[in-house]
Amino acid sequence: MKTKDALYNFCLRLADNNLVLGQRMAEWCSRGPILEEDLALTNISLDLFGQAETLYEYAVLLKEANITADDLAFLRNERQFYNSLIVEQPNGDFAFTIVRQFLYSTFARLMCEALMNSNDESLSGYATKALKEVKYHFRHSSEWIIRFGNGTEESKNRAQFALNELWRFTDDLFVMNDIDHELISVGISFSLDDIFGQWNFAVQEVLREANLFTPERFNVIKGGSNGIHTEHLGHMLSEMQYLQRVHPGAKW
Amino acid sequence: MTEDQKLIKFQQRIDADEKIEPKDWMPEGYHKTLFRQISQHAHSEIIGMQPEANWVLRAPSLRAKKILLAKIQDEAGHGLYLYSAAETLGLDRSEMIDMLHKGKAKYSSIFNYPVLTWADIGAVGWLVDGAAIVNQTMLAKCSYGPYARAMLRICKEEGFHQRQGYEIMAKMMNGTEAQKEMAQDAMNRWWEPSLMMFGPHDTDSPNSKDSMQWKIKVESNDRLRQRFIDRTVEQAHHIGLKVPDANLKYNKETLHWETSDINWEEFKNVVNGNGPCNHQRLSHHIKCHNEGQWVREAALAFEAKQMSNPATIK
Amino acid sequence: MEINNNQFPQWEVFIQTKSGSPFEHAGSVHAADKKMALQNARDTYTRRNEGRSLWVVPTDCIVATTRDEEEEFFDPSLDKTYRKPNFYKMPKGTNNL
Repeated sequence: MKTKDALYNFCLRLADNNLVLGQRMAEWCSRGPILEEDLALTNISLDLFGQAETLYEYAVLLKEANITADDLAFLRNERQFYNSLIVEQPNGDFAFTIVRQFLYSTFARLMCEALMNSNDESLSGYATKALKEVKYHFRHSSEWIIRFGNGTEESKNRAQFALNELWRFTDDLFVMNDIDHELISVGISFSLDDIFGQWNFAVQEVLREANLFTPERFNVIKGGSNGIHTEHLGHMLSEMQYLQRVHPGAKW
Repeated sequence: MTEDQKLIKFQQRIDADEKIEPKDWMPEGYHKTLFRQISQHAHSEIIGMQPEANWVLRAPSLRAKKILLAKIQDEAGHGLYLYSAAETLGLDRSEMIDMLHKGKAKYSSIFNYPVLTWADIGAVGWLVDGAAIVNQTMLAKCSYGPYARAMLRICKEEGFHQRQGYEIMAKMMNGTEAQKEMAQDAMNRWWEPSLMMFGPHDTDSPNSKDSMQWKIKVESNDRLRQRFIDRTVEQAHHIGLKVPDANLKYNKETLHWETSDINWEEFKNVVNGNGPCNHQRLSHHIKCHNEGQWVREAALAFEAKQMSNPATIK
Repeated sequence: MEINNNQFPQWEVFIQTKSGSPFEHAGSVHAADKKMALQNARDTYTRRNEGRSLWVVPTDCIVATTRDEEEEFFDPSLDKTYRKPNFYKMPKGTNNL
């Protein structure tokens, strides 16, 4: 595999994570448990859309074809998205959304920290900027998890349930394929094995403070980075891409 | 000081363009009118998030998605500023939300119309926010300090709202036949409701007299409406949209655009709860509020535990 | 603590817009605890890059004068213009004073 193709695909993977999670967070718009939280959730969503756009634009540059960032977001199919499975999981209740955000943000934070050392300047530039946002997402979500775990019986149960349900998608965050091997060999990316330990440590630290248990592993599934998704992604895309699909070529 | 003397002094301060602040003495009617108006305004911002949120997941470009989300987020922020301003009058936000849920507080009827196509997002930004801005610019001069300050901040932030709406309309009028049709259709449906946003004619507006005397309002409904019409008709023509009014004509003497009279029966009907989305908007708000109950309880329980015994939580 | 249909306690928000400038009142937010109050203030009042530092203070900790107290609190300082530099007449040609 050529480095450039691998890098293109890698950018899509990073961008898709942001777009898909941003779309999930945008679903909260007008639905927050309190007005201030509505603002917080949409702020996260806006950060993620911004990150997605930066990465799609870089992918467009790499492709040297007549496509736009919007084409990448709105005209690819289910099998051409490379995001992690966890970000496409439906929102559920507020605890479910926050636990998903927490597990992913912990990963994204470590990812950005590692990518800051990439020898690809665009990627390291992206990571430096994104890290600030992702750290805030981690702060916001981990504080809520501590409140849930130490709040009421109900909040604790809801958080534990979300954790149990989402745990089986966390291995998928660390799956590597040919693309990773190629990029690692040229110093653009790094081995995800290297951050797994840190991720686990950071997650456990918050769970301990929240008095929540690390779940049992069951029915672990993987496949996002190879374009094999859960059924939820297709529904999201059909909604998100509707106007672009119905009016091909129209400008908005 | 007797009540009469207080009232005279109060009116003198208003006439001298002084601002009234929360702890100052104020006539009961002033307090009541302000509270009703500010809380209604706050509810409008919050309910107004729903019709736009209906399209945020389907926005046709990354740019449009970001802009729309930022705009809706502003509405949440503006609702928040306004609730804060209303809270200075002595009622808690939870009480205001309770009044909304029980139907004792209203919100702007414009949000009881459905946002059916992407062009409606353009029409809402351009016409609805446009009408709101005319009104809010006036309210930034009102006599109650906290309300005027909130309005000032809101006007500053809303600078981009109307422009984003007009931009959507302009792009669609410059696009495919289907897009043009969609834009004109949205114009046809949103024009009259947006004129209704300024409220009844001055002659039929019972609360207006006191509000004007107290400088809660500093310009009349009809005058504000006319200002909006004059601006908007020309903007519509500029991008090739037809104003859906057979009687529309320019009066060269007055230098104003003249329109047909508004269908006030329809206006009353929607205000009274029979618009296409009255039930939907309110029940959405109630549902989400109730679903958030356990979250609020958890956060308060956590804080209570922290305050009483910090050692239990590491 | 009574738990009801609550919107959380209210906090007043003060923003410093740039290094060295004073903290100015921006408005209020509702939040259950200190950390949440800071974050809500950030998400509500600094979305347009208005802030570089934030204070939050529980609203019921603010103590304020009332309009009735205005005269006795503030009018007495009206006639004490000798506290201002331009009260003093300097001989012509005096520099750097």
